[in-house]
Amino acid sequence: MTTATDTIPRPAIGRTGTDWRGLAFHGVLLLALLFSLLILFTLITDVVMRGLPVLLERGADFLSSPTSRSPARSGVGQGIFGTMMMAAFVAVFAFPVGIMTAIYLEEYAPDTRLTRFINVNIRNLAGVPSVVYGLLGLSIFVLALGGLTGGRSMIAGGLTLAVLVLPIVIITSAEAIRAVPRGLREAGYGIGASRWEVTRLLVLPHAAPGILTGTVLSLSRALGETAPLILAGAVLGGFSTGRRTFVDQVFSDYTVLPVTIFDWARRPQAEFRELTAAAIIVLLLVTLLANAVAIVLRNRYERVS
Amino acid sequence: MQSTLTAPVHPGGEAPGRPAGADTGAGVSGEAGPEPAVDLRDVSVYYGAFRAVKNISFDVPANAITALIGPSGSGKSTLLRAINRMNDLIAGTRFEGELLYHGQNLYAPEVDPVEVRRRIGMVFQKANPFPKSIYDNVAFGPRINGFRGNLDDLVEQSLRRAALWDEVRDKLKQSGLALSGGQQQRLCIARAIAVEPEIILMDEPASALDPRSTLQIEELMAELRTRYTIVIVTHNMQQAARASDYTVFMTMGDDRAGYIVERNRTTEIFTNPRHQLTEDYVSGRFG
Repeated sequence: MTTATDTIPRPAIGRTGTDWRGLAFHGVLLLALLFSLLILFTLITDVVMRGLPVLLERGADFLSSPTSRSPARSGVGQGIFGTMMMAAFVAVFAFPVGIMTAIYLEEYAPDTRLTRFINVNIRNLAGVPSVVYGLLGLSIFVLALGGLTGGRSMIAGGLTLAVLVLPIVIITSAEAIRAVPRGLREAGYGIGASRWEVTRLLVLPHAAPGILTGTVLSLSRALGETAPLILAGAVLGGFSTGRRTFVDQVFSDYTVLPVTIFDWARRPQAEFRELTAAAIIVLLLVTLLANAVAIVLRNRYERVS
Repeated sequence: MQSTLTAPVHPGGEAPGRPAGADTGAGVSGEAGPEPAVDLRDVSVYYGAFRAVKNISFDVPANAITALIGPSGSGKSTLLRAINRMNDLIAGTRFEGELLYHGQNLYAPEVDPVEVRRRIGMVFQKANPFPKSIYDNVAFGPRINGFRGNLDDLVEQSLRRAALWDEVRDKLKQSGLALSGGQQQRLCIARAIAVEPEIILMDEPASALDPRSTLQIEELMAELRTRYTIVIVTHNMQQAARASDYTVFMTMGDDRAGYIVERNRTTEIFTNPRHQLTEDYVSGRFG
């Protein structure tokens, strides 16, 4: 009597041969990993080898000096200051607006075609090349609103970056809110809480770690942007802040670390190669710091809830 | 035993359609009783174009336990959730008919569903305590209602009434999620009664629990009945027979809408059902 089991090959329980295809697959995956690591390693080693001597030699002086024509006197001071100001602007302009938009879209907006249309378009905006946001910043914040912002100023650049990361903040916050389990909301409504109370007292605290992670990651993204700020008016080359007050500086010339790197990379003098590498190390450390803060904050919140 | 199944049988064997005033109160055998906690009149609930329950009419006697039983898909949970307007949270649901609470239709446009839910609370199938301490779980409702009295006393009273106080009195600051399943469900009950509702709706509250916890919940329900009115949806017929005073048997019609087959005192439903369908269901022949 033939049964179905007659046609299925059954090897002996003890393994009779090696699984070559499995091993080959495993090997290919390992090679891919090694390749990625190799690239990363090469980049970092190259940068560190070139830039570390400058940092060790000039240390604090390098970190505080402004850009100048002479390599021996140039430093990333203005770049660091500008980058930190950009972080502040993004936090102040993009985070509240982005998070509140996400709350509205997830908790309050009815599920209509319009809402879905808006959601799709926010996702599209997140994919728009950042240089386009630079053009937007130029035409609106620098030119059209020049009277308010002071033209090619720090605040115009900050607003440009804020608009750039806004879709990302909205999307990550919305995902965090959507991940809150339905049972939690139902429990709140079930004892007579209003929508506002459920959102504020139950949903947001539960979504807070995700929202926080999203905002800090969008911040790291903003801090690395170069092209939009070049378009929106960050200064390439040296400039002097003279004796301007802090408030004045907000409305006038500025630069950021990535733009400084771009500027120095184009200069003919050989010494600027090392300076560029040193500046890259500083930028990498800043980005690492921002990401580390995100991870620490997220872990702290997850332990509490 | 009636052979027609075209209309729900009102207690006392009256014709379909509610004669005015004859079915209030305990309703059974036409006795005039105290005002029912909730009175449903010709209620239908739609999800979009689909009618989930149709022509539901019955009253829920106060300070008693009413069980909704029936096979899956008969609309029991939909009906339960309609009583405290939880269906409002699902887009596209529509309510027809009247739901009278102290003479007021809860679905009238001027009624605030949030206020409805403060008076008619709900306990869900899967215990869902807030990710907060046990104390804060129970205190949540009173706090958002602006309770100004002694919160500690209210929390203790609610936990005592939910038969949980002795087990958690020393660990009120611990997370509610650290309790066992049965304890979590009793915490949810404590949370619900902390806002002093009149009616507690329970959607299969013990179906996710072991038999011992289930029994604890049933004993708790018997105690709660003196202060509150309870409506419970249950798949467990033995539970309905054990724990409830009145039973409503629903089933799904050919149009996939749920309707009431029979409604009576629990003892009658289980020992002397009037419909063949009811007898088949309670004796386990289908469902």
